[in-house]
Amino acid sequence: MTNFSFSKLAFATLLLGTTSAHAADKIKFDFWYGNTGKIGEVVQKHCDLFNASQDKYQAVCTGQGGYDKAEQNTIAAYRAKHQPTVVQIYDAGTVNFMLSGAVIPAVQFAKNNGIEVDWASYFGGIKNYYATSKGEMWSFPYNSSTAVMYWNKDAWAKIGKTEAPKTWNEYEADLKAMKEKGVACGVAYDYDTWMNLEQFSAANDLPIATMNNGYDGLGAELVFNKTAFVDHMKKYKEWTDLGYAKLQTEALGKDIDQSFGEGACASIIESIADYKTFKQTATTFKWGVTMIPLLDGVSRKNTLVGGASLWVMQGKSKEEYEAAAAFLKYVTSPETGQKYIVENTGYIPVRADGLDLLNKAKFYEDPNNAGREVAIQSLTASNGTPVTRGVRLGNFTSIRKALRSELEAAFAGQKDMQVAIDDAVKQGNDILRRYEQTFKGSQLP
Amino acid sequence: MDKHATFSNTWLATALIIPQLLLVFVFFYWPTAEAVYWAFTLEQPFGGSNQWVGMQNFQTVFNDSKYWNSVIVSIIFALATTALSLIISLGLALLVDRRLPGHQLFSFAYFIPYAMAAPAAGLAFRFIFAPSAGFMAAINEWYPNLWNPATNGSHALLLIILCQSWQSIGYNFVFFLAALQSIPRTLTEAGAMDGASVLRRMADIQIPLVAPTLFFLIIINLTDSFVNSFGIVDITTHGGPARATDLMVYKIYFDGFKAQDYSLAAAESIVLMLLVIALTFFQFRFVERRVHYN
Repeated sequence: MTNFSFSKLAFATLLLGTTSAHAADKIKFDFWYGNTGKIGEVVQKHCDLFNASQDKYQAVCTGQGGYDKAEQNTIAAYRAKHQPTVVQIYDAGTVNFMLSGAVIPAVQFAKNNGIEVDWASYFGGIKNYYATSKGEMWSFPYNSSTAVMYWNKDAWAKIGKTEAPKTWNEYEADLKAMKEKGVACGVAYDYDTWMNLEQFSAANDLPIATMNNGYDGLGAELVFNKTAFVDHMKKYKEWTDLGYAKLQTEALGKDIDQSFGEGACASIIESIADYKTFKQTATTFKWGVTMIPLLDGVSRKNTLVGGASLWVMQGKSKEEYEAAAAFLKYVTSPETGQKYIVENTGYIPVRADGLDLLNKAKFYEDPNNAGREVAIQSLTASNGTPVTRGVRLGNFTSIRKALRSELEAAFAGQKDMQVAIDDAVKQGNDILRRYEQTFKGSQLP
Repeated sequence: MDKHATFSNTWLATALIIPQLLLVFVFFYWPTAEAVYWAFTLEQPFGGSNQWVGMQNFQTVFNDSKYWNSVIVSIIFALATTALSLIISLGLALLVDRRLPGHQLFSFAYFIPYAMAAPAAGLAFRFIFAPSAGFMAAINEWYPNLWNPATNGSHALLLIILCQSWQSIGYNFVFFLAALQSIPRTLTEAGAMDGASVLRRMADIQIPLVAPTLFFLIIINLTDSFVNSFGIVDITTHGGPARATDLMVYKIYFDGFKAQDYSLAAAESIVLMLLVIALTFFQFRFVERRVHYN
C-alpha cells in the first residue's frame, strides 16, 4: 500500500515537474485527499485553483482512492516517515488522529503560521465534532454534511399533505395513509448506523455512550441499548413487515439513493451531500428536503457533521508548513474555499462568513439549491449538548460493523431486536476496552 | 567415477542464490516475523507505543464466538468451492480432451475467467444475482423471495461460493487438460478396443492417471479459498448478512485495514496461517499416499 501511494506520488511529482518548468522554484508540499469520483475531481481542481492563484507555493495533491484508504495510507506513510503535510480525514478517523501524536492541532498550526481564524464562527455542530473536550479545534473542516430527510412531494400529495412529517409518529401515520393510497414503498432504509443511530440520537438528545459520548475519556461505555434507539429500530422492523418501509442495499441491486431517485420509494434519510445527485436523478417528480423527524415531545437538537476535515501532520519543514498555511487559508476562506465547495458539491458552508457570502449571492433562493439550507438549520438547531457534540469512540468503525451485523440478524428475524442491540453493545464495549488498553497512558485531548 | 554431476564452486552458487534469498526474506519472512511480533503486542496505529501482552490477542480471538463462526464459514466455503470448481473443471477438461470439433475455442473460453480480477468478478456476480434488479429478479418475480442474498445468509454464502468457483475453474481446467493430454493415447485406445465405453475409460483410466494433478489442485484450491477470497466478499456481501459470509481472511482485512487493529489482525493471520499449514500437512501425510506418480 505504501509503495502504491509513493509511486502515485512520484508520478504526480514527475508530471508536475515536466509540465511546468518554473515550478521548480516554488515551495511544494503534499496534500492527500480521500474523495473519489466527481467530488475527487472538485478537490483536485481546488488544488489547481490554489496553484494558479499565486506563484510562491505549490500543492501537490494526490487522491488516495477513498476515505479509508487516505487514512490507511497516511498511517503507513507516517510509519515510514514519508507522510504528507496536509491530509483529508473523514469524521470517523478523528479519534485516531487526536491520539496519534503525529499531528499539529489546527489551533496550534494557525497560531504558529499566522493564519487568522475566527474559531467561534464555525457552526456548532461542526466545531464540536473536530474539537477536543475543551473546545479546541484540531483540524480544519473542509467538506461538511449532515443527515436530512428527502421526501417525494407527489407521494405526499396523494394523501393531501403538502408538508413533510415532523415527528416519527406523524411519519408513521403518513406512511400508513400512503400505503392505503397505493404507494408501494414509503421509506427506503439500510443498516447504515450514521443515520439510524448517530443522527437519530443527536437530534433527540440521546446518549450513545457514557462520559459524554466518549469526549471525556477512553473509558466510555456504550448505552444505546437503553435508549429510544431500540424502539426506533423496532419501529423500522414493524414498518418493513407492514410494507411501509423497504430495505435497500447494494447487494439487493439498488441502494437507498437509487430507490429514491427513481421514485420507487417515497422518502429516505440521507446526507445532504447527495443533493446534487438527486438533482440529476430525481427528475420525474417533485421532492423536498427537510430536517429528520423527531420523537414526540422532544425539542430539536443539532445533528452531527459528516464529511471530512483537513489535518496537518508533524515532521515537515518550515517551508512546507508555510506553503500549507497558505493553502489552508485559501481552501477555508469564504470566497475561494467554502463557496467553491458549496457551489460544486452538495456540501454546506462550515462557517458563518461562508454562509453570509452565499446568502448575499442569494444562493439558497435559487430553485436549483432550494432546501440545502435545511442542513445548516439542522446542524445549528442547538449549540451542542454534552451528547450532541459528536461521537468520540475508539475504533468506531468496528463498533458500527458490530451493530450493523446484529441489526441484520434482527431484521432477518434471527434475533429479538433488544437482544441483538444488547449483543452489539456488549461487543462494542469489548472493542472499546481493547482500544483503551492499546492507548494505555494516553489521554484524549 | 563420480556418479552424480556436482557443482563444486560453492562461492559462485551462493552468490547466485543470494538475490533470490534476499527477495524471499524481505517479502515473505520479514513481514511474517513482524506479524508474529505484533500478534504478541498491542500496536498503536501510528506506532506510538507497543506493549507486550503475551497471549492476550490470541485469547481475544479464541474467546470470540464470532471468530469461530468465521472459521466454520471459511471451512464450508473452502470445501464447497474446491469441490465444485474441481468437479466442473475436470468435467470440462475431459470433454475438451475428446477433441471434438471446436475444442480449441472451448479451451480458450474456459480459461478466461481466471484472468479476471476478483473485484471485477464480484461486481459482475453482484449484478447478476441482485434479487431485485439483476437476472435473478426475473426468477424472484415468479417465486418471491426464492433468492435473496441481502437478507438470507445461506444465499449470500452460496453467492460467494459460486463466484470463487467460477473464477478458479479456468485455472483448474488448464492443469487438468494438460494432464489428460499427457496420457498416452495408446492407453485409452486399448481400453476402447477392449470395449470400454467413454465413461468407463474416464473413470478407470483417465481420472486415476491425473491423480497427481488432482492432488496438487486440491491443495492449491483450498489454500486459495482460505487466503485469497476477500476481494469477492468485499464487493458482494461485506461479510454479511449477519456475518454469514465473514470469512477469516475478510475479518483479517477488516480488522487490520479498516479498523486499524493491527495486533488483532496479526493474531488472526497467524491462526489462519497455521490452519492452512495444518491442512496442507494433513493432505501430504495422508492423502498423498493414495496418489501414484508415474
